[in-house]
Order: sequence, then C-alpha cells, then structure tokens
Amino acid sequence: MLTLPIYLDNNATTPLDPRVLDAMMPYLTNMFGNAASRNHAFGWQAEEAVDYAREQIASLINCSPKEIIFTSGATEADNLAIKGVFEMYASKGNHIITATTEHKAVLDTCKHIEKLGGKVTYLPVNEEGLIDLQQLEEAITDKTILIALMFANNEVGVIQPVREISKIAKKHGVLFFTDGTQAVGKIPVDVEADSIDLMAFSAHKMYGPKGVGALYVRRKNPRVKVTAQMDGGGHERGMRSGTLNVPGIVGLGKAAELAKQDMEADTARISAMRDRLEKELTTIEESYVNGSREHRLPHVSNISFKYVEGEGLMMGVKDLAVSSGSACTSASLEPSYVLKALGLSDDLAHSSLRFGLSRFTTDEEIDFAINHVKEAVSKLRELSPLWEMFKEGIDLNSIEWAEH
Amino acid sequence: MAYSDKVIDHYNNPRNVGTLDKSKASVGTGLVGAPECGDVMRLQIEVDENQVITDAKFKTFGCGSAIASSSLATEWLKGKTVDEALAIDNMAIVEELALPPVKIHCSVLAEDAIKSAINDYRVKNGLPALEIAKSHH
Repeated sequence: MLTLPIYLDNNATTPLDPRVLDAMMPYLTNMFGNAASRNHAFGWQAEEAVDYAREQIASLINCSPKEIIFTSGATEADNLAIKGVFEMYASKGNHIITATTEHKAVLDTCKHIEKLGGKVTYLPVNEEGLIDLQQLEEAITDKTILIALMFANNEVGVIQPVREISKIAKKHGVLFFTDGTQAVGKIPVDVEADSIDLMAFSAHKMYGPKGVGALYVRRKNPRVKVTAQMDGGGHERGMRSGTLNVPGIVGLGKAAELAKQDMEADTARISAMRDRLEKELTTIEESYVNGSREHRLPHVSNISFKYVEGEGLMMGVKDLAVSSGSACTSASLEPSYVLKALGLSDDLAHSSLRFGLSRFTTDEEIDFAINHVKEAVSKLRELSPLWEMFKEGIDLNSIEWAEH
Repeated sequence: MAYSDKVIDHYNNPRNVGTLDKSKASVGTGLVGAPECGDVMRLQIEVDENQVITDAKFKTFGCGSAIASSSLATEWLKGKTVDEALAIDNMAIVEELALPPVKIHCSVLAEDAIKSAINDYRVKNGLPALEIAKSHH
C-alpha cells in the first residue's frame, strides 16, 4: 500500500528505525539514571549503556571508544572541532582551510573564527563539486593548523577524496577535520584508513534520534586536543560538559550498529532505486544531474529541470517530500550556494530538486515519484514562457531581462 | 509554507494560459522578471477599438504564488478598459490571494506585467509609453 506523501528528503533527516526506538525505550522510561552518578545502580546502568553505545559507534568508524565525544548533534560537533582546535593550537598558527560547499555549520563557524582574528581559505570546487588537491596543498602556509573539508555533501552527495586530503594534511603536519554527517552510516568511513583526526556526525541522518551526535577526536598519532566550548562538569574527558543524553546516545549507538550490519545490503538496494529514478527522470528533455555521478553517496540525486522553477515544481509534486535549491524555499533570496559553487547558473539552481532515499524507500514509491515528477514538469513547462521561447529557438541569453 | 486555497486553486487550474499573436497591433505583450531571479511572467492583452480588453493570456515561470498572481491578473483584465486595467494595484492581488509578505514581490511582478503589456500596446499604436511610476524593486 502506498501512503502519501512519500518521504524523499532523507538528507534533511531520516525516520527513526523502529529497532533504534526499541533500544532507546528503556532509557526513556525506567532506566533514567544520570551516567555521571557514580554511587548507585541507576547511574551505573546509564553509564554502562553509554559505554556500550561508544563501542557500537567506534566499531562503525574503526576507532577506540575513548575517542568519541558525545554532543547535541553535528552542528555542535562542527563548532567544537573548529573553535576547539583554533583555541588549542593558537600558538602554532591561526589559518584554517575549508571549501565553499561546506555546510553552514562549518562555514558560519569559520566566519566566526575570522572575527576572532583567524585566517580562513575557502577553496572553490569544480563542476563535479570536488576540490582540487593541488590547490589545497598550495593553500597551506606555516600558519595553517586545520583543514576542514566535508566527507560528503548534503545537497549533491559528492564525496571528497578524503584519503588524498588526509595524506596532504599529514605531510604538512596539519590536522584534518571532516564533517561526516552525510557519510557516516551510509558509506564505509574508517578513521584509521582515511587518516582522519577529527570527525563530526549525527544520529538523525542514519535512522537515529534527533538531538544527538558526536565528535571523533584522535588520541594517537597524533594526540589531538580541543578546547571545550562549554564549561561545566567536565564530562567527555573535559571536552564537552553537560549531562549525557543517555537515550539519545543509546539510539546513536544502535543506529551505528545497524548501519554497520545493513550497509552493504542497504546500499545495493538503495543505489539501484536511485539509479532507476535518475535514469527515468533524465529522460525528461533538458534535465541535468548536478554534481559528480561517480564520486557520490548512493542514496542522493540532485537534478535540475530547466525552464521550470523549483518551488513551483515542489508544489506540483505535492505528494513527494523533497528539497529544492530554489531561493523561494529558504529565508534568503539567493538560490543554493552549493549549486552556484558548482558553476550552475542561477536559473538552473532555481530549477533543482534533491531526492534523498532511505532504507525504508520502496520500488513502488520510486515508480510513483517518477510519474509524479514527469507530470509536474510537463504541466509547468506548458505554463512556462521560457520553455516556449526555448522551443521556438530563442536564445534566452539574448533577452535583456529586468533584474529585480 | 502553507498556501492559501485560492493560490492552490489558481495553481491547479490556471486560467487563460496561452499565447496571443504578438505581431498583431491589437495585442500588447509584457515580459517581466528574470530567469536568474526565479520569476518570469509573460502577460498578453488583446484590445478592441473601444479600448476594452477582450482577451488576456499568460505564461509564468515561477513559484505557485507567481503563477496564481498572473492567472488572477488575466481574469481581472478581461472586460476592463485599458484605463481600468492601469488602476489594478498589486495590493489587491495580495489581498485576493492572501499572499504572505515574502510573496508580495509576485504581485508586484504581476502589476508590472500588466503595465508593461499596456505600454507595448500603446507604443504599437502610436501612443507614448507611460511612466511606470510604482517600483517596489
């Protein structure tokens, strides 16, 4: 049975896996102890649950359980990593390298660093969304303390060459932080093999609950430290004070365990559905896939349908929950800065839809989505003066548009 | 963002979609907005010898509110004289469609499209173009 609307916005958030909820439930009810209470059974129970979750997460990303610092989510982890390194390594330098397509949690934190007197280099990306490794290496100075580049992008799903990046970082003695929010739990992430020093990630992008995430902080080769950004009881090895969110952490742990266990099978199924969706939707005239198709998350597809506007299109596909790079969908009037960084013109950026599949997406839902989008694009093109001009062979660039 | 029922109705059943023969002297065409801004409206009117608008057509590239604003404009234009059409104010569109503040620019664009179509008609018929006084941009 098809239930409408269909959720295809899994880069924004994923549904909670019922198996995760089952694992959390006791800690939302009877087992309510504070993991920092050392003197009674309630506290011990909670601490034990947190320790177990640490192991489940460590096993997913191949680190030691001691290297996991729990946070309220990836945004906090991004802040802690960047601000924490900037403060801790102030005597070594004040320069950070990042990229223009990073999430706002990284970009805005970098802007904050600039206000504090730090220097930040924002690397451009090519039309596939990938950074240039040579440009990265050339940007490193003797003041550089951190390279902050995301593992995979939230809008187009492009995966950066993490191993090559970390090699360059190591060669120059610079720390490498990656925002792994979209990657962890979806594709293999191995902090040893990938040589990552710090990594932020979140539970709710991998079928866990909202409000919990973690920062991986390397303890050996090299030993990395970050200055705490929140003062208090000195939890999490002094790096993040605050009573631990035990049910959330249990949920993140369970989500990590399931991700490890199901990743291969999930990826095979999800990527086949994604590819079918993309193949069908790109049979629509003047439709373009945004970002690298080769280096990409298995569950994402970002497509521009030229001559229709994204928000109008989303209204037309009202039975689908998707995202658009169109300005009208956000508070700002600018279309997606990520798509623009890939070199898309404003009008193509306005015309984009992002589809994000999940382990709960079905073939039936994909069939429905394909037809629904095709119909909506065709209907809106009938309404579009730009489509008519295109069909008449008029070059839209030859028209003097009134900017407003 | 929730759309009003009227916006949804115009979006689902747009009135007067289409194209008039722009080479005719009795047809005025207004093309406003820009693809980069995510809104382009083309509004056309056909005017008879008594200065009455006998037909109006539109095509719009834009969000639901932009489509609804131009669809509504064509409904209002039919049967009006050119002078009456010139008096259509964007705020009337805002009110009729219950547009939220972030969508007021869609109504402004519709008003601009009406004035631009009228000016095109005037120029074609040897009349001076009117100054489009109101600009919200």
